[in-house]
Amino acid sequence: MNLSYFFTNFAELEVGQHLYWQIGNISIHGQVFLTSWILLGALLVFISLGTKKMENDPKGLQNLLEFLWDYIRDLARTQIGEKVYRDWMPFIGTLFLFVFVSNWGGALIPWRLIKLPSGELGAPTADINTTIALALLVSLSYFYAGLSNKGWRYFEYYVHPTPIMLPFKILEDFTKPLSLSFRLFGNILADELVVSVLVFLVPLVLPIPVMFLGLFTSAIQALIFATLAAYYIGEAVEEHH
Amino acid sequence: MFVSYLFATEGGLFDINATLPLMAIQVVVLTYLLNSLFFKPVGKVVEKREEFVRGNITEAKKKLAEVEKLEAELQTQLLEARSEAAQIVNEAEKDSEKLYKEAIELANSEANTSKENARLEIENQTSSAREQLSQQADALSELIVNRLIHQT
Repeated sequence: MNLSYFFTNFAELEVGQHLYWQIGNISIHGQVFLTSWILLGALLVFISLGTKKMENDPKGLQNLLEFLWDYIRDLARTQIGEKVYRDWMPFIGTLFLFVFVSNWGGALIPWRLIKLPSGELGAPTADINTTIALALLVSLSYFYAGLSNKGWRYFEYYVHPTPIMLPFKILEDFTKPLSLSFRLFGNILADELVVSVLVFLVPLVLPIPVMFLGLFTSAIQALIFATLAAYYIGEAVEEHH
Repeated sequence: MFVSYLFATEGGLFDINATLPLMAIQVVVLTYLLNSLFFKPVGKVVEKREEFVRGNITEAKKKLAEVEKLEAELQTQLLEARSEAAQIVNEAEKDSEKLYKEAIELANSEANTSKENARLEIENQTSSAREQLSQQADALSELIVNRLIHQT
């Protein structure tokens, strides 16, 4: 009886409900786009403000943006390697910023105060569509990186160091996007659920440490996603000897 | 009930639809936007500064090497000058010693000659005095003899 009570109320948290937008005969999750537009808009405004007046002696916002740029460059350079990291740095950086802004935006902004006809606003990365989209983009990019850098020799990677590896390497091409998307989706959704359940059960004090933990997880997930994407690209462009 | 939400045909946690490709397009567009708004301009500024700093460091290193070379040169010059000075002092000391010795010798010899001269003079005068004396003694003795003869 208790358990069914819990689940009925849990359902009131509107897990897995979406705000459907109908465009022609395709339907999309409106709440994901709403939050992502707000967050990415804020990110773009922030970046435009910071890069509006670039000086040789960085001040304020420019300092922060340069630190961010340096951080992303280090990430891309260590994973992809000195030779081609420049081509992929914007992509890796965009992944990092998108995931980070989505995660933190979902955790920090009290979206629940805005009532929607169906579903609720939250981190765009807590929707499986977003994370699969990101993961598939990563897959496409590492294929593209490998093929454009090494041509058909890219497929040597599948039989390196021995042809026995072939089935495992092919399997990896499927597990890579799968693990990327489900890791991010699971972590962010779980964090949101834990916080909402705790807020629902104990509305005072107790959710706060969990919220901080959520912020930490969110940042870590952004770093993990960007690092793994860069690592996959680096693996594809690496020269075997 | 919860499980039915997970896999509901309409809705559910794993409801994959057109959101996926649209989100992918949105991320690609975002990549281009961020590239032109963020990565390119910031990269340009940061790399320009890094170039500037690197140039400054190499220049400073070059200057430091030059300074060290000059310092070493100066050190050798200083050492040379010191040894030269020591040599000069040495020579001067020798010279002065020589001069001192010469002066003493000269003084000694002068003193000797004047001593000799004085001695000769004394001898001369003694002999002349003695001669005079003997002459006077002769004259006196003659006078005495004459007187004695005349008395008798």
